[in-house]
Amino acid sequence: MARTDIGPPDYRLMLPETITSNYGKWKYHEILKPGVMKHVSETGDELYTVRAGSPRLVSIDFIRDICDIADKYCDGHLRFTSRFNIELMTPKKENVDGIIGDLKKLGLPIGGIGDCISNIVHTQGWIHCHSAATDASGLVKSIMDELYEYFTEFKLHAKLRIAVACCINMCGAVHCSDLAVVGIHTTPPKVNHEKLASTCEIPSVIASCPTGAIRRHSDKNINSVEVREERCMYCGNCYTVCPSMPLADPDGDGVAIYVGGKVSNSRKPPMFSRLAVPFIPNNPPRWPEVTSILKKIVEVYARDSKKYERLGEWIQRIGWERFFALTNIPFTEQHIDDFTYATETFRATTQFKW
Amino acid sequence: MASDTPLLDELEKGPWPSFVKEIKRSAGKSPKAKDLLGVVEQSYKDKITHWKHGGIVGVTGYGGGVIGRYTDIPEKFPNAEQMHTIRVNHPSGWFYTTKALRTVCDIWEKHGSGLTNMHGSTGDIILLGTDTDQLQPAFNTLTENGFDLGGSGSALRTPSGCVGPARCEWACIDSPHLIYDLTQTFQDELHRPRWPYKFKIKASACPNDCVAAIARADFTIIGTWRDSIRIDQAAVKEYASKGLDIENLIVARCPGQALEYDAKAQKLSVKPQDCLRCMHCISKMTKAIRPGKETGATILIGGKAPILRGAFLSWVLVPFIKVEPPYTEIKELLEKIWDWWDEHGRNRERIAETIGRLGLKDFLKAVDLKPIPQMVYHPRSNPFVFF
Repeated sequence: MARTDIGPPDYRLMLPETITSNYGKWKYHEILKPGVMKHVSETGDELYTVRAGSPRLVSIDFIRDICDIADKYCDGHLRFTSRFNIELMTPKKENVDGIIGDLKKLGLPIGGIGDCISNIVHTQGWIHCHSAATDASGLVKSIMDELYEYFTEFKLHAKLRIAVACCINMCGAVHCSDLAVVGIHTTPPKVNHEKLASTCEIPSVIASCPTGAIRRHSDKNINSVEVREERCMYCGNCYTVCPSMPLADPDGDGVAIYVGGKVSNSRKPPMFSRLAVPFIPNNPPRWPEVTSILKKIVEVYARDSKKYERLGEWIQRIGWERFFALTNIPFTEQHIDDFTYATETFRATTQFKW
Repeated sequence: MASDTPLLDELEKGPWPSFVKEIKRSAGKSPKAKDLLGVVEQSYKDKITHWKHGGIVGVTGYGGGVIGRYTDIPEKFPNAEQMHTIRVNHPSGWFYTTKALRTVCDIWEKHGSGLTNMHGSTGDIILLGTDTDQLQPAFNTLTENGFDLGGSGSALRTPSGCVGPARCEWACIDSPHLIYDLTQTFQDELHRPRWPYKFKIKASACPNDCVAAIARADFTIIGTWRDSIRIDQAAVKEYASKGLDIENLIVARCPGQALEYDAKAQKLSVKPQDCLRCMHCISKMTKAIRPGKETGATILIGGKAPILRGAFLSWVLVPFIKVEPPYTEIKELLEKIWDWWDEHGRNRERIAETIGRLGLKDFLKAVDLKPIPQMVYHPRSNPFVFF
């Protein structure tokens, strides 16, 4: 019998010596250049951190490569960030260039600290998930190739967080990121009436629908459900609870782009990201329509924003009507909310720009 | 010879590190990784996923921790027929020794595809792709080496926290220790699902919220302080002399208008009662301004993604709580919340939705908290009031 309920290893056994001896004693930090920062302790000790991008989906050989660098320069310690980047830390300033050199030899970008675009928080996509309406890893690779210089250089007035989710379950941070790409369907599920009763719990299927589009089949002889298609907005949650309601569709599936979310409390409270582009069809392997719109938004924001202004704060200041005008993104009926709290999003003032 | 994966090969080009290269590295050694590559190429051609719905697999003694997965084209890619994911609970703050990481790699080389996610969004190490018969042996070896599984299903999911006092001068609470302690305390709730739905805990040690706890956790712990920010006037002068526009970039951006700057004397002052602890001035003048000394946390509740009733950000439940081991107050609050939710929550209803359906008023009574103005942006405007 295996041991159970031991929990994760004690993180204190994983900390580098400089961190153990200065735990809770840090005084300030400085960003020295893209991807490199220095923390200074009350004790006078210094800790240098080098941050590198990672594709998140990595082989054990990749991990071993990073371990080699950590053994060489960091006394066998390293960490990962909440955005899947790699951080190598050393108290020795002279080790920094060696770490950077070895990371670059592996083809890894140095950056992601400060006013830049850091790694993209993303999900499983076609690599591993059954409900994906798009791929995550391929989108992320395509976007980061396009916006690479924003990771390795300081070209923005504030941080810009990008997230990708492959369906509207929005695993990760799509609903609260400066820029977000989310996989969506645009066709209703195709109900498999023969298999539904044996594979699904019908009340759970009915309860899974946010718009009440699903009801018992009107023919009492058919032990299944029917979808009132005019009420269905293709969220796919019925498929999550019932394998007999698939809705993936090569032409109907694609992505939507949301903008202006954030989680930090700096200046303005946290914000949700909001719909900018309702639908772009999937176009693997490079999704060129998606990357070009994202790049356009980033460039307009970089040019028009004030210092320290996050993308959502910039839009709040200039107004959504200006955002759509400046980015040339068409405003459509899909942009207007029609779910539960829709009226709160309508403009109840005469204050607007032409 | 023409490549079997022309579409994915495109994604080996370009400057950002390529996940396709990573799959190919494992594919050289693992037939499973090789067939995974084939399944994904097929998805790129067909523009749909090739994973079958669901999959219920696991290890003895636990109800979660493994995500079962089967391809719908096993005849073409037999080694990808079973492609289960094992969630392994990461150490707090994602700190590792190379020895520990190499051990995980060796175990995964023996029992799986050699592919991982470092890390999943909730925080776990994701071991990506193995067969059902390898799950128990992999689990046995992982626990022998000090690693346990993370959470999945209608259970407490793997808690995670920011780097905290390990490497941040703004940490108001010991987020790595708190997360480690809560994870160990609630092992049963994590491994054996028994709730209406999932429940996530995240802790950020200051309002910058580096693990996005307010958006990605049902129970959100964010470090804060109750006294005044600490200003080092000599360091303020240094920022001024180096050309920082303190008036426009710091004082004018303060959401509480709590800062005043005397440009002549190069002196910055604060009215603590007006400070919203947003972190802006601290983040931009790291050498001159620090959080206060009377530290603790704000507890917020309800963060979740859109399904079913819309996305929520966590909202204030306890404005200030001391955060010291053994964290009895926080644990008691969690247990009261779980008791109420377990009793009243519907199938697949997140805590925010249960509170939304039954009312914050009743929830507060159930968890022994008094209503206070800090809980709302503004009082209700409608007159439909129950007494």
